[in-house]
Amino acid sequence: MQPTIIMRPEMPDTTGKVDLQVRLSGLELFWSHGAVRKTFILLVLAAIWEIYARALGNPLLFPTLTDTLVSLWASILNGVLFDRTLASLKILMLGYGLGVFLASALTIVAINTRLGTDLLETLTATFNPLPAIALLPLALIWFGLGIGSLVFVLVHSVMWAVALNTHSGFRGVSQTIRMVGRNYELRGLRYVFKILVPAAFPTILTGLKIGWAFAWRTLIAAELVFGVSSGQGGLGWYIFENRNVLDIPAVFAGLLMVIVIGLVIENLIFKTIERATIQKWGVQN
Amino acid sequence: MNAISKPLSRFDEMAAVQPLVEVNNVTLRYKTQQMMITATKGVTFNINRSDRFILLGPSGCGKSTLLKAVGGYLQPDEGEITINGRKVTQPGADRMMVFQEFDQLLPWKTVLGNVMFPLLNAAKLPSREAEQKARHYIEKVGLSRVADSYPHTLSGGMKQRVAIARGMAMEPDVLLMDEPFAALDALTRRTCQDELLRLWEETKFTVLFVTHSISEAIKIGNRILLLSPHPGRVKAEVCDVDKINVSDGSAAKLEAEIHELLFAGEGH
Ligand SMILES: Nc1ncnc2c1ncn2[C@@H]1O[C@H](COP(=O)(O)OP(=O)(O)OP(=O)(O)O)[C@@H](O)[C@H]1O
Ligand SMILES: [Mg+2]
Repeated sequence: MQPTIIMRPEMPDTTGKVDLQVRLSGLELFWSHGAVRKTFILLVLAAIWEIYARALGNPLLFPTLTDTLVSLWASILNGVLFDRTLASLKILMLGYGLGVFLASALTIVAINTRLGTDLLETLTATFNPLPAIALLPLALIWFGLGIGSLVFVLVHSVMWAVALNTHSGFRGVSQTIRMVGRNYELRGLRYVFKILVPAAFPTILTGLKIGWAFAWRTLIAAELVFGVSSGQGGLGWYIFENRNVLDIPAVFAGLLMVIVIGLVIENLIFKTIERATIQKWGVQN
Repeated sequence: MNAISKPLSRFDEMAAVQPLVEVNNVTLRYKTQQMMITATKGVTFNINRSDRFILLGPSGCGKSTLLKAVGGYLQPDEGEITINGRKVTQPGADRMMVFQEFDQLLPWKTVLGNVMFPLLNAAKLPSREAEQKARHYIEKVGLSRVADSYPHTLSGGMKQRVAIARGMAMEPDVLLMDEPFAALDALTRRTCQDELLRLWEETKFTVLFVTHSISEAIKIGNRILLLSPHPGRVKAEVCDVDKINVSDGSAAKLEAEIHELLFAGEGH
């Protein structure tokens, strides 16, 4: 018996046409964009807000969307909201930067010594479950009614999440990559920054994002509690202040601002970093 | 003049005689929590310059362990490993590793960046020179087209070729390869083997190559060290493998002989 090759008659496809590509209609194409669908949802929610607030007719409880936007616009125009936001962001950067720096230092000590690992594990296990805001009363006694207290709680909110993630990221770096780094005679900090940090970057970035989210929420909450002190409070203080004078549309405007800044940092800054790094490298996990 | 040339020539002779890598009665052990595992026992072999030296043996006989010890990642419990007469104590760029794993390339660097990385960081070349050299070796493995791509966009075979280019660009004393083609499909594996041989013809670099495929060992190597199963001991050494004639069936015969040797006394 000889093996035989039988050519299939249907192979040279000349008779029936096969639709390899089917064009989507304009509307379908439009709807396939996630941003379009989400914008649609937001518009629906805005409409519900407006209708509900108008039906309620009580601006002290629930102002209409238009009132809120008018108030937001006015605050932006007279510069108050801008100043408040800037004040918040400044403290945020200070606390976040310091927290990330301390977390890096702690993690570098941790990966180089066993005692350092134990230290990091014990500290994160102890302090990670403690909400940063719970430390505020204590911070006020230690650092007074000033920026110091806010920065202290911010550092606390950022540091453990970042350290925990960075450390587990370092530990997850594959044995092969480690051996490659050692093959190149990289040691000490050069090894950490040229091999471990980029290799662990997806996890590190996750830590930075979690740290940021903690920090932003903690800051607004802390400012709600106090903010009088430094003369110029932040966004949280803006909300609190306007509630006291019953300017509820301004309260809503402040809340809207908190959301907008959160969205901008998460979707613009972190997404850009992600696109330039882990997505480009194809290592997203 | 005579007085100078004479000792020089004798020195050359000595350099030619002294092996590049000497592995002398090396025993390697792993200490785990419960026990001590002996991976290899009293292994001795020498590698000369331009050798294509193969470590061949069944799975678990300690080939990778030996290679890692030559690489300096493991210290021998007994015995000594020297390269150019110097004792191996730690990893170094004079012994470049090519691993089996596809993730040995740094994902955050392009192909060019990966090949340049050790040139910049270990060989400390200026960046222009490093780039020239890197491009030269990338071209040698036929990957110029993807020099600016990131590793995740390459096929497995391409990744291994980048790793080989990266190792060769450093022009190390010896290239250490741990089953670099084992994870490739059969067709790609053959292409890669041919390419490695072609590259060797060009520069005659020294390579220590680990495999558990007898045919690969015969194809690649000029000397083959046969290791016994766990713990690995040297069973035999096959010399002048490259003198073999592929067409007249002697390769197949040698393959059968080696197989016989490796699995002698196991009843098959
Ligand atoms: N990290 C380790 N810890 C403990 N034992 C190990 C370790 N690595 C390898 N071994 C043991 O050492 C022995 C040799 O392992 P090695 O990886 O060198 O084998 P190999 O010859 O490379 O096998 P293969 O062909 O399957 O890759 C094995 O018995 C294995 O169980
Ligand atoms: Mg192995």
